[in-house]
Amino acid sequence: MTPIQILFLVTALAAVLSAIMVVASPRLVHAALWLIVTLGAVAVLFVLLDAAFLAMVQVAIYIGAIAILIIFTAMLTRRVMGEAGPQANRSWWLAAFIGVLLFGALLALLVQVPAWWQATPPTIGVTADFLLEDLGASLVDLDRYVVPFEVASVLLLAALIGAIVLARPAERSGGEGAK
Amino acid sequence: MSTEFLIWLLPLPPLLAFGLIVVWANRSHRLSTGLAVGAMAVSWALGLVVFARAVGVEHLGEEPFASSIPWLPLGTGILRLGVLIDPLAAVTLFFVVWTCLAIFVYSIGYHNFGRPRGAHDRPGLPPHGGGVEPLYSRFFAFISLFAFGMLTLVVSDNLLLLFIGWEIMGLCSYLLIGFWFGKESARQAMVKAFLTTRIGDVFMLLGIAALYKATGTLSFHDILRSPDTLDGLARTASVVPGLSLAGLIGLLIFAGTVGKSAQFPLHVWLPDAMEGPTPVSAMIHAATMVSAGIYLILRFFPLLTVGWHPGEPLTTTMVVVAGVGAFSALFASTIAVAQNDIKRVLAYSTISQLGYMVAAVGIGAFVAAAFHLLTHAFFKALLFLGSGSVIHGMEHGLAASSAHGHGDHDHVDPQDMLNMGGLRRRMPWTFATFVVGGLALAGFPIVTAGFWSKDEILSAAFGEGQLAVFLVLAAAALLTAFYTARQIGLTFLGQPRTAAAEHAHESRGEMVIPLVVLAGFAIAAGWAGIPHSFPVLGGLLPNWFEEFIAGTLTGHPAAHAFTMAPLATSLVVSLGGLGLGLLVYRRLPRGAADPLARALGPVHRLLHRKYYFDELYDRIFVRPARWFGETFVYAWTDRAVIDGILHAVARGSLRLGAFLRRAIDVAVVNAFGDRVGDTTRAAGRTVRVVQSGRVQAYLAVGLLFAGALLSYFLLVRP
Amino acid sequence: MIPLSWYLLLAAALFCIGLYGVLGRRNSVAILMGIELMLNAVNINLLAFWRYLTPTVIAGQAFAIIVFAVAASEAAVGLALIISIYRQRSTVIAEDVDLMKW
Repeated sequence: MTPIQILFLVTALAAVLSAIMVVASPRLVHAALWLIVTLGAVAVLFVLLDAAFLAMVQVAIYIGAIAILIIFTAMLTRRVMGEAGPQANRSWWLAAFIGVLLFGALLALLVQVPAWWQATPPTIGVTADFLLEDLGASLVDLDRYVVPFEVASVLLLAALIGAIVLARPAERSGGEGAK
Repeated sequence: MSTEFLIWLLPLPPLLAFGLIVVWANRSHRLSTGLAVGAMAVSWALGLVVFARAVGVEHLGEEPFASSIPWLPLGTGILRLGVLIDPLAAVTLFFVVWTCLAIFVYSIGYHNFGRPRGAHDRPGLPPHGGGVEPLYSRFFAFISLFAFGMLTLVVSDNLLLLFIGWEIMGLCSYLLIGFWFGKESARQAMVKAFLTTRIGDVFMLLGIAALYKATGTLSFHDILRSPDTLDGLARTASVVPGLSLAGLIGLLIFAGTVGKSAQFPLHVWLPDAMEGPTPVSAMIHAATMVSAGIYLILRFFPLLTVGWHPGEPLTTTMVVVAGVGAFSALFASTIAVAQNDIKRVLAYSTISQLGYMVAAVGIGAFVAAAFHLLTHAFFKALLFLGSGSVIHGMEHGLAASSAHGHGDHDHVDPQDMLNMGGLRRRMPWTFATFVVGGLALAGFPIVTAGFWSKDEILSAAFGEGQLAVFLVLAAAALLTAFYTARQIGLTFLGQPRTAAAEHAHESRGEMVIPLVVLAGFAIAAGWAGIPHSFPVLGGLLPNWFEEFIAGTLTGHPAAHAFTMAPLATSLVVSLGGLGLGLLVYRRLPRGAADPLARALGPVHRLLHRKYYFDELYDRIFVRPARWFGETFVYAWTDRAVIDGILHAVARGSLRLGAFLRRAIDVAVVNAFGDRVGDTTRAAGRTVRVVQSGRVQAYLAVGLLFAGALLSYFLLVRP
Repeated sequence: MIPLSWYLLLAAALFCIGLYGVLGRRNSVAILMGIELMLNAVNINLLAFWRYLTPTVIAGQAFAIIVFAVAASEAAVGLALIISIYRQRSTVIAEDVDLMKW
């Protein structure tokens, strides 16, 4: 057992356990906090996968924006909830069943490819900097991924506007109402 | 103007008058009278011109005035329409135009032209008390149409056109008998006349059809003046065994005459036809229409007597004809003796005299029959018009006597001779002319036309050796003279038996003048036909009539040698009958019964009731026919069977429809539709539970299904 | 070193846990958190495959970047919706928003 492997196992265990806490925690804010832990563990995994930039993006975006949003929303919708009550809905058993089923299926699939159970990742012949530059270039290269990049920007814009419009307060002078 | 052209024109003026009166002139009596009488006068003038020219032609029989045009294209040939004036037609034309004109003029007075309309007079009923006839113009329209029909018949050259004229006259007879349609008796009489003559007409039509089929033509000239055609018909056998085709056709055509000229057994309509106004009786039922029947058999004399020659025994057809004629003559005269209505006596007298003519044709006496036709037309028309004048006088007397307050208490029939009497002083002109006519009818010697013609028939019968016919006709002549004297005695002689008769007065000029004219003919017409062989008077005047008329036939019949017996018989019966009648009836007192009734007892009743023939026919023909029509056809067949079927079909259809509706439409079709709807709704209600609105559930189910599909496609069917 | 399959197993586990969170939690925000878990699992998968199978082609990372963008926008809009619903119906429980039912 190499140290990398140990690191991986620890990180993986943390991710799984915190994920389980996310979905099992009765109190919403706790679940949000556990989510942050999971996201952090995932960021570590990204580093292990030689995608350091993406690890930073994960921390900045997911933890720094999305998780905060979630916490905000949990706060904003807190009054009615009363912080208690069962958090699982009526057919949680079905959900659990599906989850287990899916995991079993994926596991069965994985077993079928012995090549993936070998240990070694291939070597990357280039530096991390080069990878980063390449990533950036590829996102604006007309021959490569500029279109998805631009579309993603538009998507973000739409989401931005939509979110603002949706979350606007209901009553307005002049009776525009909720749009 | 060629004669043929005039002949074409002859029938048309009265037709024109009819049309104009019907559509326009009926608003004015004066106009109607003018048109009708004027038109008849034109035809009269044309008729006289044609007649004058006709008598001037040598051998008119061989070269008659004839003209024809193609009319009906039929198969390979064309039926022609045309006019023909040979001697027979010329003589007939002569008396027809004279009698018709006289009657037209008489009608003006008879229907009280110029008098105001009575307050209580209704159209369809005879006027009372001297008011003008309400349907005056209608009468003149009808008699104009009738004149057209008769003239058409006389001038026609083929059997079809003759039949057309025949039927037009039948129609007018119907219309005019029922002229006073308000009376039930008139309505019944008009139908009776039409139906009875129709029976004869049906047989006649069969004869026409058979003739056409056998010869291919209906033209008189082609059939009757062609010995080959006649022989051909005589030789062909017909469907009746023992009778040749000529004989059968002859009998069928004779059947038309039996109907139209009221011979036994179709005589029953003529006495009832007296319901019509008197001019109608005179014109139609004495002078012209019934004469048309005789004209027909005279015209078809060659066909009826085919194969017979004078002196030979009679053929079957001729025997039938002679038998019917002679029987009718005697039969009708016996009935006439017991009748009290002045017009009925004359009606039966007409039947009897027509029987004379028919019998004459039957024994082959062509000239005698034609002669009697001519003279009879004149004196019978005269007698009828005279009787009309008497009736008018009686009606005026009736009105006058009731106005004066000493009328009779019971209702007095102005036509009943037992109510008359003593009218010779009150109606002298009528009396004189009536006597002339009556003597002519009775056959008073020398000075009356009837004597000459009747004597000729008797001579022919005797001369041919037809003693049975001779004796029958002689007996009929005796009775004729008797009832004529009875009639004159009851009507004019003695003292008035009722107040109406007392107050009667002479008729107006329009009525009397025609009487006088006809009386002149009744006296003089006979002198045109005095036989050569007659003692004393024989050679004084040429027997123009016989020479002229005989030319109609292809072979001229020889005149008989004169024998005393028929002349003696004729004188005896005539004078004897007249004398006996006058003796009994010249002074019948008021309220007395008919002496004959006492003398004959129950026989008189039989005669008075006309041998109960009307009742017999009613029982045998009329009632079964009515039963057939009303019960069998209407009640049973039409209502019960046909309507029953219809109602049953309707009910069945309704039931079927209701059943289909119930059993199929509602139960199956509707139910099916409803079931589909209900099933869908139930299914929907069951299935929609799935849509719970919970997104997570949707997702879960969706994932499950997607997983199932995926595993299926990856594992089961990779 | 670390075989590819360990990463994939981990990703599968995270994904299934996230799936449970989506299907089995009452609160809408919790559902959204489950979605984020699933997206993260996808990202791990993507990068693992990139690293082990085609490290020279940068497409894997580019794809992961796009997934980030999508996840972010989806989270933003979703939360805005939840807030809007909360304002209308005073509830964030997914089960209670069930008007579109029979």
